[in-house]
Amino acid sequence: MADAMTSAPASGQESNRGPRRFRGAVAATEVDVRLFGMLFALAGILLGFHIMSGGKMIQPANMVTLVVQASGVAIMATGMVLIIVSRNIDLSVGSIVGVVAMSYALLMTDWLPALGLGLDSPFQWLVALAAGIGIGALIGGFQGFLIAYVGIPSFIVTLGGLLSLRGSVWLLSSGAAVSGLHGEFRKIGGGVLGSIGETATWLVAGVACLAIIGLIVYNRRQRQRYGFPVRPMWAEVLLGAIGCAAAIGLSAFANSNYLPPGLATQFAVENGITEPPGGLKIPLGFPWPILLVMGVTLAMTFLAIRRRFGRYVYAYGGNPDAAELAGINTRLTIMKTFILMGVLCAIAAAIGSARLNGATLDVGQSDELYVIAAAVVGGTSFAGGIGTIPGAVLGAFVMQSLAYGLSFNGVNSPTQNVVAGIVLIIAVGFDTYTRRRGSTR
Amino acid sequence: MSEAVAAAAERVPLVEMRNIRVAFGGVRAVDDVSLSLYPGEVVGLVGGNGAGKSTLIRTLSGAHRADSGEILIDGQPQVIGNPRDAKAFNIECIYQTLALADNINAPGNVFLGREATTPWWNLDDGTMEDATRKVMGRLNPNFKRFNSPVQSLSGGQRQAVAIARAVYFNARILIMDEPTAALGPAETAQVRDLIRQLKNEGIGIFLISHDIHDVFDLSDRISVMYHGRLVGTLNKDDVTTDDVLAMIILGKKPGEATREELEELRV
Repeated sequence: MADAMTSAPASGQESNRGPRRFRGAVAATEVDVRLFGMLFALAGILLGFHIMSGGKMIQPANMVTLVVQASGVAIMATGMVLIIVSRNIDLSVGSIVGVVAMSYALLMTDWLPALGLGLDSPFQWLVALAAGIGIGALIGGFQGFLIAYVGIPSFIVTLGGLLSLRGSVWLLSSGAAVSGLHGEFRKIGGGVLGSIGETATWLVAGVACLAIIGLIVYNRRQRQRYGFPVRPMWAEVLLGAIGCAAAIGLSAFANSNYLPPGLATQFAVENGITEPPGGLKIPLGFPWPILLVMGVTLAMTFLAIRRRFGRYVYAYGGNPDAAELAGINTRLTIMKTFILMGVLCAIAAAIGSARLNGATLDVGQSDELYVIAAAVVGGTSFAGGIGTIPGAVLGAFVMQSLAYGLSFNGVNSPTQNVVAGIVLIIAVGFDTYTRRRGSTR
Repeated sequence: MSEAVAAAAERVPLVEMRNIRVAFGGVRAVDDVSLSLYPGEVVGLVGGNGAGKSTLIRTLSGAHRADSGEILIDGQPQVIGNPRDAKAFNIECIYQTLALADNINAPGNVFLGREATTPWWNLDDGTMEDATRKVMGRLNPNFKRFNSPVQSLSGGQRQAVAIARAVYFNARILIMDEPTAALGPAETAQVRDLIRQLKNEGIGIFLISHDIHDVFDLSDRISVMYHGRLVGTLNKDDVTTDDVLAMIILGKKPGEATREELEELRV
């Protein structure tokens, strides 16, 4: 075994003689090159549309709208990554969103009031939210049970779910749309009322910076404790600086999104403030859907890479037999991925129904396609075992940026779909190509 | 019979498999096979393709359930229903396929299913990497790629990871299914040294191999299987490689084969 090591080529150096110093520097930071590539692609897409629109597109209000529009798909894509990584698929997510959104609406307007918990009760929305999340978990759990324990292919189970759950939305509401949700619940959808304001937004930035620095220091200490090789100091500082700059920059950007002038005037009148010339500028800060995306992304990333559950999902995806032989309870692991997916659908449904202030029969329709597309554009492989949570979230933003950018520039929606489809194929084709080239590592 | 083996015979076997049967549909993959293994002993398990070696051994590692028969560990009848049960009895298996999750790094594979965690049940990557560095230092001192997916490692390195996984968790009973099939000469020598070392530590080893020289070199006893049946278990010192080859090919013990059959083999 001694000579085996020397015969293994160091990663990629044979084929790429290019700017080796730069490559070495990138390798030293140990960052995910693919993820950074996607960030640049996203920036490129936004910038392209910005220029196309004559410099009108990139401004806080538009970008906040874009992210809020993508939030549901982004949240669900984090769960879809784990499902696809473990060699399954979930086609029912859009229909789960439909059922849960309708459940929220009916709970708040009909079922809970019948139990004496009306819309005027301050915590009614929390009860409804908890119940909806429970419904999502139950649906996911049931489908997961059929897949993991009964052994029906996930494609079939969730295809059945797609059809029957969408039908259930009709049956639940007898074919009617339901509206008029709890005021607090509606904040989940973002908008003017559902934003956390200037101070809280800066607080988020501060906490994020501390967390980034803390994490870097902690990791370095851990590796030093065992005497493992550590990143060079400049790389640590650079990563920390980039992370903090991003957190502060995003917060500043969100805080430069102001309350619309009309509402600001109204606010000034109501609170007896005299409006300064040029109007009252009230920063809105982060809306709740963006915070939910951030929170879910962090939590899911943590689950995927720091917990046994995540490790087992990836191990199963990499080699199902190995996972089984290692004594992992693979069936329970698979079922858990579907429960988690159901919960994430319920969170997405909360955002969707809160934005609508109700539920229609087609909430979440076709979401499964966008969610799968986001995961796949984000680098998740159908071969199993490969895919990252942040990648899928970025994938969701890439897809939404295309749709938003095209519609902002007056391209009609059929053409948007044509472009989205082509981009999906190109993105995955490019990914497959680079992976194949890199597979000799 | 060598003295070491004679002494071993008086002790309680680490494992005793009695009358194990496994059938796939109508095919009797393992048909009424009994085997035993003593501490510090290497039992070579040989036979042609489809003789039932791997299936038999998989009932011991928990990968398959036997249709009937008994498994005794330290003289006590036990039920091994899945790989977790087997591991609870310190039975470790190095599969022919290695059974590695290719997308996960070496420490992740060594600890797969038995991850070290922090007090808050988070994965303790530091501890796992540290332990893996130590055990790999013994098996393959030049190995440095602890953070690459094992997919990108060479055959020998992957084999070392699979062995490290079995060795690290204080195996008492070690099953090695073709441990040297994918290895070059230098690596094979290293695995042989390792087997001798583990044997001296008192571990019982089932060694499955196609390589009759490997088996003769390392085993104390040799069990031959033929079409799911156990032809016989012999002390290595009592037989020649030709005897064993005849058993593998004809499915008969040395005394049972006719002169004509043996003549045919020579040709």
